[in-house]
Amino acid sequence: MALSEDNHERRPPRAPLSDVVWPVARTTLRTFGSIAVTLLGLLFVTFIIGRVMPIDPVLSIVGERASQSTYDAVYQQLGLDKPLIVQFLYYIWDVLHLDFGISLLNARPVSEDIARVFPATLELATLGILFGVVLGVPLGVLAAVRKGSWIDQVARVVALVGYSMPIFWLGLMGLLVFYGILGWVGGPGRVGIFYVDVVPSVTGLLLVDAVLDGNWDVFKDAFSHIILPASLLGYYSLAYISRMTRSFMLEQLSAEYVTTARVKGMSEWDVIWKHAFKNIRVQLITVIALSYAGLLEGSVLTEIIFSWPGIGSYITTALLSADMNAVLGGTVVVGLVFILLNIFSDLLYKVFDPRAK
Amino acid sequence: MTEQTLKQWLLTDTPTSRRHAKISAFYQGWLSFRSNTMAMIGLGILVALVVIAAAAPLLAPHDPFVQDLGNRLAPLGSENHVFGTDSLGRDILSRLIYGARITLYIVALVALIAPVAGLLVGTISGYVGGWTDTILMRITDIFLAFPRLVLALAFVAALGAGIENAVLAISLTAWPPYARIARAETLTIRSSDYISAIKLQGAGALRIITKHIWPLCISSLIVRVTLDMAGIILAAAGLGFLGLGAQPPSPEWGAMISEGRRFILDHWWVATMPGLAIFTVSLAFNLLGDGLRDVLDPKAGE
Amino acid sequence: MMSVLLDVENLWVKFPSRHGVFDAVRGVSFTLGRERLGIVGESGSGKSMTGRAILRLIRPPGIVEADHINLEGVNLLDKTEKEMRDVRGQRISMVMQDPKFSLNPVMTIGDQIIEAYRLHSKASKAEAYKKSLEMLEAVSIRDPERVMRAYPHEMSGGMGQRIMIAMMLIPNPQILIADEPTSALDVSVQRQVLDIMDKLVKDRGMGLIFISHDLNLVADFCDRVLIMYAGRIVEVCDAEKLHAAKHPYTRGLLNSLPRLDAPRDRLEVLQRDPAWSEAPSVSGRV
Repeated sequence: MALSEDNHERRPPRAPLSDVVWPVARTTLRTFGSIAVTLLGLLFVTFIIGRVMPIDPVLSIVGERASQSTYDAVYQQLGLDKPLIVQFLYYIWDVLHLDFGISLLNARPVSEDIARVFPATLELATLGILFGVVLGVPLGVLAAVRKGSWIDQVARVVALVGYSMPIFWLGLMGLLVFYGILGWVGGPGRVGIFYVDVVPSVTGLLLVDAVLDGNWDVFKDAFSHIILPASLLGYYSLAYISRMTRSFMLEQLSAEYVTTARVKGMSEWDVIWKHAFKNIRVQLITVIALSYAGLLEGSVLTEIIFSWPGIGSYITTALLSADMNAVLGGTVVVGLVFILLNIFSDLLYKVFDPRAK
Repeated sequence: MTEQTLKQWLLTDTPTSRRHAKISAFYQGWLSFRSNTMAMIGLGILVALVVIAAAAPLLAPHDPFVQDLGNRLAPLGSENHVFGTDSLGRDILSRLIYGARITLYIVALVALIAPVAGLLVGTISGYVGGWTDTILMRITDIFLAFPRLVLALAFVAALGAGIENAVLAISLTAWPPYARIARAETLTIRSSDYISAIKLQGAGALRIITKHIWPLCISSLIVRVTLDMAGIILAAAGLGFLGLGAQPPSPEWGAMISEGRRFILDHWWVATMPGLAIFTVSLAFNLLGDGLRDVLDPKAGE
Repeated sequence: MMSVLLDVENLWVKFPSRHGVFDAVRGVSFTLGRERLGIVGESGSGKSMTGRAILRLIRPPGIVEADHINLEGVNLLDKTEKEMRDVRGQRISMVMQDPKFSLNPVMTIGDQIIEAYRLHSKASKAEAYKKSLEMLEAVSIRDPERVMRAYPHEMSGGMGQRIMIAMMLIPNPQILIADEPTSALDVSVQRQVLDIMDKLVKDRGMGLIFISHDLNLVADFCDRVLIMYAGRIVEVCDAEKLHAAKHPYTRGLLNSLPRLDAPRDRLEVLQRDPAWSEAPSVSGRV
């Protein structure tokens, strides 16, 4: 609300409470509404995929040689005799209860499997995004500040190569050079064979668990395994983050308030970081959230290269053995994380931008 | 017409006809594009790729499918096999050359399907507005909220592995951004005065969309498609790598990397060469896209 | 003879481009005492560039050249970037056109004013806060505590510009460059902002460079006027004698403005003579 020009006037009486509460409630409702719709859409798509797939879910349970009566029993048990819309409602009900069905591969609930593999992916992607942000943001800022200089050219090449390289191939090359030839890092897998299940799983994040247990040997070994895939993933987010940071920064550096800061007699460093950078925080958060989501996805291929027991490996393995429940469960979970990240960045937006209130 | 006068004709400030103005604008765009060295390199690589794909039978030193188990995993630079041979003794160079056809095929199909679908959805959404707009944009948002590769994986899983299904899956995940762009363009064009003028002359919605809105959406779509092309190639290669795209013995580059993966530590070239090919082509598309953006859509570039 | 604060001799501002070097300012000379000096010209005449060149705010690839830009006898062009920072804000300050853009949108107004003060003094935060409140009161802002906590987008244009003036005057500079300070404001508040600025500049014995495209405003408000055209000064005159200006460009500008005291059916359209941009710059030195 703009303060009125004539301050002489008495301020208007406070608005009635309902006028204050309603807009807030409405925005909140709208946010939740759009989340719900997106979620519903996600489930609808996975549901459809599950229905059009060429694999007969009954056959894969009862086997080829089951009698017609067994087949029919299972058919009814799965609710396949009901209309599609009812089946869809059942499906939503199940998913809301975190029930993604039973994996055909190991006959365990898919949700348990996902709970087991997801932390591995989370650990990988989080380390990757840290790498991408810590290097990518300063690189982007520098490239904008020294536009056209050698550092800008370097940033451009780094980004171009990142955009153009197949991630699984880069992973292979990384393994070849740093593991095969130089021997600097641990090989595929999350941890060396001697350290498997040595520390109790508390968070599921091996590095954190090792620290909690005080077992530094495990930590070191796990670190030597994660560092290569995490930095490769980080490189991809670096490419994107540095590029976006650069263009956001260029826009801000030409803004008039930056001149104001210079007129005040501020050092260039402070002008850049205290004034211009503050203004790109909001956009940057969105970009980082997006590329974090992208990393969760990029980890699908990376995990296979590095035999990383995360959700990417899980989905692909399930895919190749036509374990549809596992595939769809994994897809829903990754989609959920995407949606959550979007909400999260929206929330932060409101915190950091005074104009959004 | 001599060279000099042709150039003058092309660069004129006072075009004599609409076509003349169009050609002249195109020529000036080409001139500024040509001064961008990196974009020209990208264009050069892609032209070379098309030539290689077209002339594959002439260029390839060997049949890409013929196995020679006696000469498997021959190293780089060996006699008759410049890039060596793979685990079945097939010539890697020849397979790369034939693989260019598959890459181009995938890229061309996706580039046809996804932007057209996006254009349709976007212009209808933007032009009709109201509930249609809300519903179409919600659907777009849902697809945008999806992790693209995972969604493509799920689609391929449902449809079955193969090139065409991979193309379909990639297109299904690629259209939403185009719909967004087309809608935004439509909204600005729809409210402009000259559209009102055409409406007053009695033009119907179909005519306005096809004759006046689509042509104006095209240039921003082309830029976006070119920039996305690299991503499409990488996605297709990724699906191939996972065994969900082109099936063996097809010389698809991603599948070739997958084959070479088993020997990466001892016979590194088997997986390295196709990776370099993918890298080169997607780099070329990125360079070309950057250059095109500067020419066609200057406000989008920094 | 009043003391000379600023002495600019043969100032050039050049921008190299693909089509050769573009000269935005071409050999401008003038002095500034404790007076209100107006610089008038149409957009692109180089008046803003002149103001920014004095503060050495022209960013590369732009080039600033001059025989000298002396601030009380010391050439600013000889100073290092670090020494220049002590000049900016503390000795020469600048108010820009639109407070919507010249205030940082994500910082509170209080933080921005306090920052301007503390850059040049060793004052504690509490002292700076108190000083900022005083300064806001000096630009007639009521309820300054509330304004200190507010963000720029919550302010109207007139308030924003008064805040800007407060912020730029808080380190007590000797010279204020006002670059079209009222052009983005509603006509109703222009006068108010000008009066506040005028009073502060007079009370503190400052020199003011008032850059504007508005001939009448400058004639009203300033003591002396430089008229710029195509990067050069074409005429210098005392403000009250502006209506007796001789240069055809100035005459043309004056004749293209409606006057209540001398109404006429049809205003003149300015006819430009290419020779104006070729003629050497007139010196505005006293």
